[in-house]
Amino acid sequence: MSTGAAAYNHREPLVEIRDLHMEMVTFDGVAKVLNGINLTLFPGDRLGLVGETGCGKSVTAMSIPNLVSQPPARYTRGEVRFRGENVLRKGHSELRELRAKHIGVVFQDPMTGLNPVFTIKQQMSDAILSREDALSAMVPFRGWLPSGRQRRRKAEATALALLRRVGVPEPERRIHAYPHEFSGGMRQRVLIAMAIAGRPDLLIADEPTTALDVSVQAQILRLITELVREINLTVLLITHNISVVAQLCNRVAVMYAGNVVESGTMRQIVQSPKHPYTRGLLQAIPTEETLRGGLSGVPGAVPNLLAPPSGCRFNPRCPYAQEKCRTVLPPTYELEPEHGVACVLYEGARQVAQEGTGKQAVNPSES
Amino acid sequence: MIPFLRRRLLTIPIVLLGLSLVTFTVSHLVPGDPVKLAAGPQARPDQIVQLTREFGLDRPLPEQYLMYMGRLLQGDWGQSISTHRQVGSDLLIYFTATFELTIVSTLLGLLIGVPLAIVSARWRDRWPDHLSRFVSIGAISLPVFWIAIVLQIVFGQNLHVLPVSGRFDPRANFPITHTGLLLVDTLLDGDMHAFGTALRYLILPAFCQSLIVIALVTRLLRADLLDILRKDFVMVARANGIPEYIIWTRYLMKNALIATVSMLGFVISFQLGGAVLIEYVMDWPGIGQYALSAALTLDFQPIMGATLFIGIAVIVVNLLTDLTYSFLDPRIRRA
Amino acid sequence: MASITSSRGPIARWRAEHASYIYDLRRGVRRFTRNRLSVVGLGMVLTLIVIAITAPLWIPYPDDVYGSVHMDARLNPPTPTHLFGTDDAGRDVFSRTIMATQISLEVGIIILVVAISIGVTLGAIAGYFGGWTDEVIMRLTDIMLTFPGIFLALAITAALGRGITNAMLALSITWWPGYCRLVEAQVLKMREEDFVLGARAIGAGNARIIVRHLLPNLLTAIIVKASMDFGFAVLGLASLGFIGVGVQPPQPDWGAMISTGRHFIPASWWYSTFPGLFMFFTVLGFNLLGDGLRDLLDPNAIVRQ
Repeated sequence: MSTGAAAYNHREPLVEIRDLHMEMVTFDGVAKVLNGINLTLFPGDRLGLVGETGCGKSVTAMSIPNLVSQPPARYTRGEVRFRGENVLRKGHSELRELRAKHIGVVFQDPMTGLNPVFTIKQQMSDAILSREDALSAMVPFRGWLPSGRQRRRKAEATALALLRRVGVPEPERRIHAYPHEFSGGMRQRVLIAMAIAGRPDLLIADEPTTALDVSVQAQILRLITELVREINLTVLLITHNISVVAQLCNRVAVMYAGNVVESGTMRQIVQSPKHPYTRGLLQAIPTEETLRGGLSGVPGAVPNLLAPPSGCRFNPRCPYAQEKCRTVLPPTYELEPEHGVACVLYEGARQVAQEGTGKQAVNPSES
Repeated sequence: MIPFLRRRLLTIPIVLLGLSLVTFTVSHLVPGDPVKLAAGPQARPDQIVQLTREFGLDRPLPEQYLMYMGRLLQGDWGQSISTHRQVGSDLLIYFTATFELTIVSTLLGLLIGVPLAIVSARWRDRWPDHLSRFVSIGAISLPVFWIAIVLQIVFGQNLHVLPVSGRFDPRANFPITHTGLLLVDTLLDGDMHAFGTALRYLILPAFCQSLIVIALVTRLLRADLLDILRKDFVMVARANGIPEYIIWTRYLMKNALIATVSMLGFVISFQLGGAVLIEYVMDWPGIGQYALSAALTLDFQPIMGATLFIGIAVIVVNLLTDLTYSFLDPRIRRA
Repeated sequence: MASITSSRGPIARWRAEHASYIYDLRRGVRRFTRNRLSVVGLGMVLTLIVIAITAPLWIPYPDDVYGSVHMDARLNPPTPTHLFGTDDAGRDVFSRTIMATQISLEVGIIILVVAISIGVTLGAIAGYFGGWTDEVIMRLTDIMLTFPGIFLALAITAALGRGITNAMLALSITWWPGYCRLVEAQVLKMREEDFVLGARAIGAGNARIIVRHLLPNLLTAIIVKASMDFGFAVLGLASLGFIGVGVQPPQPDWGAMISTGRHFIPASWWYSTFPGLFMFFTVLGFNLLGDGLRDLLDPNAIVRQ
């Protein structure tokens, strides 16, 4: 249940990331992972965050529930606002509540996401109890009191319902099983069930299908789509696979080496990609035409974040690079409503610099 | 789990057989005549010959081996040349002393080591971690016989605080032997004074023994905890809103428990090795001392008996550990 | 890697060819120095090595080491002239302790070299050829590993007689099973890997495969284990000396000194205390260093940020 509706206007952005800069301290130096991220999510959006490995999409998303461990990471500028409040400044218990009640996360690898020595029942009950703030019921001694036991029983009933909803067959029997007795696809369903247990406002799915077979992928994506409709989920989907985005999302943001280089609706990005990198990505998708003519990709390699290129980080690989690309990071230009590009090629257009991705409209986007 | 057990049970007799062979060969390679040693400088030659024949030491080696193994399988562990006592009964008495020492020292070691490991993992790379790593490496570097002596020097002035040798006060009431474990027996007798005495005599030897346990537990448990902390399911739990303290108490503890148990077998058998020196220095009447004096007097039957006994003990401990481990880890239990 | 033109000097060429190794080395050094305890250990070890090598040059009473007896000066407490006091034959405990360092370190190295040679060879053979060879060797290893360390060493020295050579042999025999097991497990795993099949496909013989392809991969693990074991080897030698079956008098040995000193406690406490203290520091230094090396090299122990 999305509580606190009074404090939050549904027509305002659910998530607003503004000029976010983040560094990671490693043995070899300081990696400048995020270089000024601007991203906005409105309720009901299904945003696909797309980019190569290492472009920073995971850390961007994980910044929203502030799950990035802070040494070695370090936020140097900007803010991450969820429901209007800066997440980076919140204390432990506020964050815990945020994660329990408003944000659900599904991670990439279902094989390791569940604790192997606890049953599904125990883990799901824990997840459900934490949503209800029934923390004492989880702890050894106080949890054995009648009140604790009763809450756990209720949690188990909820868990059964959730398992049924996500499509786990014979939930009454399987709930007592251990994770290793489940297949990858089933485990992912369990994890999704745990993530949506508290009817969160936002579901962050970090490459949820990458570790699964193609056939299972489709099932999981369909499940997520259904859940979006049922409980009014806003989804932030991270992936490097554009076809997955096509199945689920209505908006897309493309990231490269710590920046959002282009964002817009699904149609805009797919039909008229403006940024050279986006174009390269789309061209790299095997389709009938490209298979006939030969695959093309984006030449070159992802930059070393310890010493990234100055200016626009794509400039070494960009076929249209100019002198100014090497000196100044281009601001985001709005080409049409909701379609923003960070590239000097579009200098003439309206600048929407640090203010998000061109979202001026008050109404939520079309699906 | 069952096929795994079966394989283990099959290798045990082979290992024991090999053990007995190796020990037999080695102990009979020793130059020197145990009979002469036992009989003393005054013995007449014909006495020595008679004793030798009595103990079967004039027969060819393979025959001696077979005789020994034959009797062993019937439960007869032989007799000591020097003391004329039955090896079997001696072993039991001495072993319970070592057993008590080992149990107490393991508990003590866990009591100190587990919190140290948790602190170390929780505040990784900060000063508590460095301190506990220093303690761990320090404990394992301490020469066990030396620290025992130093403690004897320190506490030797005032024996009422902590006695420095022996297992029990000769002037106090020795309890009735129910189990052979003094702590248990004194409690069963209801004699609290004797219990206190037994406890006081245990402290220093157990402390010396526990050093190795502390060292191992601190380091291994810390590594396991850190390993678990990196696992994805911890991140998932955090993302689902489960607070840190619950992650630490419920999740980590159960996962780490499995790791600790698997370590215990190794730790206990390691202690049996150190027991020799500590028992020697602090005059603890355990199997270490028994084996040592047997080795120094070339007394074959006790040497064989002690070695085989310890070998069996180690094997049993490892087996129990593996069983407990496979019971605790659901992946193996339900495989 | 840029192509090397012939106008570059040989050193520059070597550096360019091995650039990646140099890079790893630098990273390794940086990581090592971050761990303060390891650096302390390194310092201790270097100091000890220097002491051990130069000892004969500067110890205050070199004659005392092997035997001159000064019965008038026996059992004197520590003074500025006799830092650790004198023993029951009037000899300077400090000089003897330092010389014992030299002997212990030498013996320790020999023990490990022998143990590693035997263990690695047997382990490689067992793991590579598998089948019966593997079973036999591993059962033997299991048997030897069932003995808690000191028992085995004790038994062997009892069998062979007292003396430093036999002690070395005994300890080597105690130590090789550990390496055998380590190597066998790794070789067993590596045997099926592609690079081995590839080597065989181009006609490499078994011995060549083992030595040139498999062993280098094991080097790290062996070094890690050896650095951890060295301290224990030294402890083992001292333990044997303590019981009386190791280094024989008049050669100085920590264990022997502590053992003799027992008879004079608590009055002449320095006799047992100082050699032990020095031994403790030695072993501590090596263990700290070994621990640091292990953190650095052991792939399992490397922790991601």
